[in-house]
Amino acid sequence: MADVTTAEQAWNQSARKAGEQYLRRRITIDPVTRLEGHGKIEVFLDDAGEVDRAYFQVPELRGFEKFVQGRPVEEMPQITSRICGVCPTAHHMAATKALDAVYHVEPPEAARKIRELVYCTFMVEDHALHFYYLGCPDFILGPDAAPAQRNILGVIEAIGIENAKKVISMRRRLRELIALVGGKPVHPVFGLPGGIAKRFTPEMQKQFQDVAEDAVAFAGFTLQLFHDSVLDKREYLDLITSGDYTHRTYYMGLVDDENHVNFYNGSIRVVTPEGVEWRKFPAADYADVIAEHVEPWSYAKFCYLKSLGWNGFTDGKDTSVYSVAPLARLNAADGMATLLAENEYRRFFETLGGKPVHHTLANHWARLVELLYAAEHMRELAQDDQLLAPEYRVLPTATPTEGVGVVEAPRGTLIHHYQTDERGIVQRANLIVATQNNAARIAMSVDKAAKGLIHGNNVPEAVLNRIEMAFRAYDPCNACATHAFPGGTGLVVSVHDGEGNVIAELRRGPDGQVTKD
Amino acid sequence: MTQTKPKIAFYWCASCGGCEEAVVDLAEEILDVVAAVDIVFWPVALDFKRRDVEQMADGSILATFLNGAIRTSEQEEMANLLRRKSKLLVAFGSCSHLGGIPGLANLFTRESILETVYFETPTTQNPNRVLPGTQSGNGNGELTLPSFSSRVRALDQVVEVDYYVPGCPPLPKIITRAVATLLGGHLPDKGSVLTPEEALCTECPRKDSKPEKIALKSFKRPQEILIDETQCLLAQGLLCMGPATRAGCEAPCIQGNMPCTGCCGAPGRVRDQGAKALSAIASLVDSRDEQEIDAVLASIPDPVGTFYRYSLPGSLLAH
Amino acid sequence: MPDVNSNLSQVAPLGAEELEPKIVAFFCTWCTYMAADLAGTSRMKYAPNARVIRVMCSGRIDPQFVLAAFANGADGVLIGGCHPGDCHYQEGNYNCLRRARLLKRVLEEVGIEADRFRLEWISAAEGDRVRVVINDMVEKLKALGPLRMKRETMLRGLHPQEHPVQEVCV
Repeated sequence: MADVTTAEQAWNQSARKAGEQYLRRRITIDPVTRLEGHGKIEVFLDDAGEVDRAYFQVPELRGFEKFVQGRPVEEMPQITSRICGVCPTAHHMAATKALDAVYHVEPPEAARKIRELVYCTFMVEDHALHFYYLGCPDFILGPDAAPAQRNILGVIEAIGIENAKKVISMRRRLRELIALVGGKPVHPVFGLPGGIAKRFTPEMQKQFQDVAEDAVAFAGFTLQLFHDSVLDKREYLDLITSGDYTHRTYYMGLVDDENHVNFYNGSIRVVTPEGVEWRKFPAADYADVIAEHVEPWSYAKFCYLKSLGWNGFTDGKDTSVYSVAPLARLNAADGMATLLAENEYRRFFETLGGKPVHHTLANHWARLVELLYAAEHMRELAQDDQLLAPEYRVLPTATPTEGVGVVEAPRGTLIHHYQTDERGIVQRANLIVATQNNAARIAMSVDKAAKGLIHGNNVPEAVLNRIEMAFRAYDPCNACATHAFPGGTGLVVSVHDGEGNVIAELRRGPDGQVTKD
Repeated sequence: MTQTKPKIAFYWCASCGGCEEAVVDLAEEILDVVAAVDIVFWPVALDFKRRDVEQMADGSILATFLNGAIRTSEQEEMANLLRRKSKLLVAFGSCSHLGGIPGLANLFTRESILETVYFETPTTQNPNRVLPGTQSGNGNGELTLPSFSSRVRALDQVVEVDYYVPGCPPLPKIITRAVATLLGGHLPDKGSVLTPEEALCTECPRKDSKPEKIALKSFKRPQEILIDETQCLLAQGLLCMGPATRAGCEAPCIQGNMPCTGCCGAPGRVRDQGAKALSAIASLVDSRDEQEIDAVLASIPDPVGTFYRYSLPGSLLAH
Repeated sequence: MPDVNSNLSQVAPLGAEELEPKIVAFFCTWCTYMAADLAGTSRMKYAPNARVIRVMCSGRIDPQFVLAAFANGADGVLIGGCHPGDCHYQEGNYNCLRRARLLKRVLEEVGIEADRFRLEWISAAEGDRVRVVINDMVEKLKALGPLRMKRETMLRGLHPQEHPVQEVCV
């Protein structure tokens, strides 16, 4: 009879263990919304109903790094722009600069300035798009506002139809400028090794000057809006500086020779979580500094600092995780190169307690500082008559080999690296795409926010949004991060019991209505 | 008697987001669109959910504009769902129309793509050869990712499509014209592409400079010449896909002084754009001798990638 | 998500008939078609594998015809035209040559072997050449095996019937 008892004990023990396992609850947020791309969040609760771990998964892949093999390298600006239809100009520009390197050719001064002018124009447009359409609804209307209100339509109501028309019109005019030089705003065509495809005329210059003037005013208006509706409100300042949305990581961004933020060119600079310069290096050396880690639960790879080794999803003392995009760029630089932006830069750090700022939600403000800089710089560049110089492209003569191009995309440092044969046919390509640099920190932000906000099985809909705010601040582009197919539908949060039965379901559209079953 | 507004929907599958930007690029005009129709499903902007679509009567949506190619089972399900619920399903943009640039991935096996991305790029540190998988356990519980099929497909390779709005992305004027056509009384023949049938050359701003006969001793890559801003690009030796590409976009790339790459797909009554482009380009070779012909053609570095830039998944090559 | 590679194992093994290579042959009416007629009236015996399609000129051949033939089950495609200099329409066969050379590159890149696509100059008097070319092509195609099987392996298991070829063009 001893055997039976042992078997019975073993059975009971297993059953109890299984029951404990089953009691662990799980929350799925699929897909995430008000960002570029596809993503889902899985939250696992322990027996006490506290969050054990949360995962931010990116569920799709296209494989650009593979299918560009065999393509003529001069096609890369137009092929890689299809990684993302929201920031195509960023890919186009990084690719074009990589072409300069592959062909060992220096573009003439006029071409560089024209490229930078177009690029600033694009940065103004894209940062404004994110702010008004994606990010600011959480602030202008508040994170707990009714979901149906908490979207661009709600913003239009809040700021009034006249101001809304200003936003739409500004965006349209900026995009028309890009089309002037590049043929069309989505997937432009101007990039070639050694310069750009066509001449810049006085008529074009005049248009850029007119819009740039209005862009600076527009940036000011946007910052004022942010100050009035967000920074002047204690509860938002508290939200921004709260521990739930804070991580201490390294920060990376492009800087010029004076260590000012520059989107188009410069050296890549990395500072420690204490704000001290850790490395400053040319783009060509990126592979010595950046490495990518793979997890089985996401198609996006996670970037980290190579020499420190992968230390997991941690921040603080032993971290090897770094961050990019507006907050990181402001942290990694010593200042802004234009006057109004520099003032706002100082105000930013004074308000938030000095450099570096580790509060993820501060990205929204940092983005507007950059918006202002981009507009001011656009205005400066548009005045330069060297844009009109007759030489806008030099023809390469050297045999193509290999090259790296870098820009600061709106969402972070973007690196294109190509290797070709002697005919200039791509043999290998490596793309470190903005949001990938943030992938580890985004995962940590979601995890931390979930842990801070979910307690027990009761998961109110406002909580969903606050968890999403954790990643939304980065303005992630998951299409870019996985060189993947983005695409989102509504959002579903399912709470399962041990047998996998759904015991509660919250459904919500991208900016909208939450219903609970 | 009040007239209910026709219902329309937008949805995206495997896309880059450019087609959504294209709709936003209607700018002020979108207010006119919104006034004329009821948008009942537009995930990027509105709060309707999949369940709302499932509860709609079949055929109650007048037109759904679906962009992006089909690569996952979820996308296939949504395509089928929207097909049922819509009177008209419109393939919007190159990826849903033809497969798009990501269709070039069909030149490689799924396995080789995964290997390159997760094992072979110079910055990837993955000594244990970890691959993202449809199911992974981690001590907390099971995590899932959607699987994706071994190849990219255009929308009409999965469901029946009524109309096509071409372009990568479709330009605002094409979109407004297409919406107006579908809301107007007379629907074109089913399966039509909602842009003119002729080749792009007919509306190219440089068409008057196109010689009667083009005969080339070599083809040029754009970085090899300073491109004249008024002359026909094909005549300059560049691989312009204009002759094998549908009109309707008014040639913005040519206005950017770069050759057409073929995003609007083939002109009318052509089944395989790449084959037609090949035919047109080859007939320009100025030689009658096989070896010399080969030498001239050698100056085309990547025929498949150039002629089938957007259309590989649906091409005859793929059959 | 079905395992697409399992499609391969579901394809029935090929019968004797299917192992015979199918050749679609486009012959220009003035030269090669005449030669084929001549081979016939001279009672020449040669492999029956070619399905002949008569066109006015080899220059009429649209690369889409060739691709459609392969897509519809041809294991090989043969084009027969007039010798250089003899084209009834002056330039036609040269255009055919130019297109064929480029098409060959494209076909090889997607895995359709060089011997499957062939261009021959055969004059009206050369009935015997028709016999020789077709016999030779059948031999080579037998060695290569049926294209459908290769395509399925190449296209990673996607069954061709899933995507029927639509009408070609005018």
